[in-house]
Amino acid sequence: MARHNLYDSEDEISEKTPKIPFRHLKSFFLEVSLITSFSFEFFRQLFRKGFEFSETAKQSYKIGYNSLPLVAITGFIMGLVLTMQSQPTLKNFGAEAWLPAMVGVSLIREIGPVITALICAGKSGSGIGAELASMKVTEQIDAMEVSGTNPFKYLVVTRVVASMLMIPVLAVFADAIGIFGSYIGVNLYGDISFRLFIVQVFEKVEFMDIFPAFIKTFFFGFAIGIIGTYKGYNAENGTEGVGYSANSSVVIASLLIFIIDLMAVQITSLFSY
Amino acid sequence: MDRNTEVAVPEKRTSVNDDFAVEIQHLKKSFGDLHVLKDVNLTVRKGENLVVLGKSGSGKSVLIKCLVQLIEPDEGKLVILGNDVSAISNDELNVLRKKIGFLFQSAALYDSMTVRENLEFPLRDQKKLSAQDKENLVLEALKSVGLSKAIDKMPAELSGGMRKRLGLARTLILKPEIILYDEPTTGLDPVTAKDISKLILEVQKKNKTSSIIITHDMQCARITANRIVVFKDGYCVAEGTYNELENADDPWVRSFFQ
Repeated sequence: MARHNLYDSEDEISEKTPKIPFRHLKSFFLEVSLITSFSFEFFRQLFRKGFEFSETAKQSYKIGYNSLPLVAITGFIMGLVLTMQSQPTLKNFGAEAWLPAMVGVSLIREIGPVITALICAGKSGSGIGAELASMKVTEQIDAMEVSGTNPFKYLVVTRVVASMLMIPVLAVFADAIGIFGSYIGVNLYGDISFRLFIVQVFEKVEFMDIFPAFIKTFFFGFAIGIIGTYKGYNAENGTEGVGYSANSSVVIASLLIFIIDLMAVQITSLFSY
Repeated sequence: MDRNTEVAVPEKRTSVNDDFAVEIQHLKKSFGDLHVLKDVNLTVRKGENLVVLGKSGSGKSVLIKCLVQLIEPDEGKLVILGNDVSAISNDELNVLRKKIGFLFQSAALYDSMTVRENLEFPLRDQKKLSAQDKENLVLEALKSVGLSKAIDKMPAELSGGMRKRLGLARTLILKPEIILYDEPTTGLDPVTAKDISKLILEVQKKNKTSSIIITHDMQCARITANRIVVFKDGYCVAEGTYNELENADDPWVRSFFQ
């Protein structure tokens, strides 16, 4: 009892002192280390015998197909809006002919992959987090384990792999739809054939615009999958934990997407100059 | 090697008595300062239904979760079907788990799967079985719990009693030698609870299974138990048949039966 009072008083003291940021820092580093060890476990299980092909295909379909309309609409709007916003400025400088190339490069290098990843973090990441958390709190994961099935391999590996496979596909799709949206935008102010527009877009798009942008989408997919599954697989506190898992999956995955994007830009610039 | 791959369980037989399906020796488990299981010793004979009684929070569910290693015990020896659970690898544990059925309190049905898919799930790794064999096993399991017509329904469409029966069918489909029931009749009306209790008894007689049944339902205990143990403060404090414990000297033990 005395020990208990001592801890309570320590807690009270620490709540009133500047130790609070350090406590948050401690829990932050703890979370980072747990996510890292969860990621290592993912790779360990990924290369073990007995890959769950049918479940991976099912999850790929869910992630890819379910996000397709949202990605298509957003990609189209981004292409259209970017064109409409840039056109007056470029016209003032007499550089209107550069519009397709500028929009194309912007979409392929940055906007397409990042917007697609953010949409999927919101839609698929939260879905994965909520689904696994719900399975966790209703003992479905325990039931899977006692039936002799490896739940990590069946639930986590399949979803992360599906996410890594589908985000690049969706990003390419978003780029294509975005370029089409840009074509519509350009035609609102003038008249240009689709063939000439495409030629102008790809005249300025280089290998180093496409390749790094495509590669980083695999990392975006990994971040979305691993955070969603980590949060869901380790959910606690009943239904409250389900909501928390879904929410924190989106927040952390979105943050990671920007961090990965920043790192990708730095690494790409090293090879570009 | 993959945990799902079938491997032969090596002969790490540590049991001194082949009559026992389960032997628990000096089992201890704590959660921080909370000592849930202090020193539990008990055995389950082959073909026996052992009912575990005790107040809520007395560690009954922790006991059976320790048996299948969902919770790792702090100390003690767990011997199941002659295998020391703490001495076997993960692959061997998974093979052993297929011989142990576990009926969760909430039935723990897979929400995203139909009744058929729920039952087929434990059969995924049975490479020797053809699709027709699996179909027959599913139909047989559903028939044994009286749920043949629900085969294409989702778990959300089933009543509480039906969910428990489906959970039992999923447990039975691998024809386990040992079944662990975690409060099988909790949350059910008395009539359905009695049906479930009779079903547990029927399973024991038909399949010659050994079972540990955690329950607060005295009707369930009376119907299913060959033997009863009573838990208090992390220890087994009483053991006997229903009639013996009903007339026990200890008023605390007797209070369960009143």
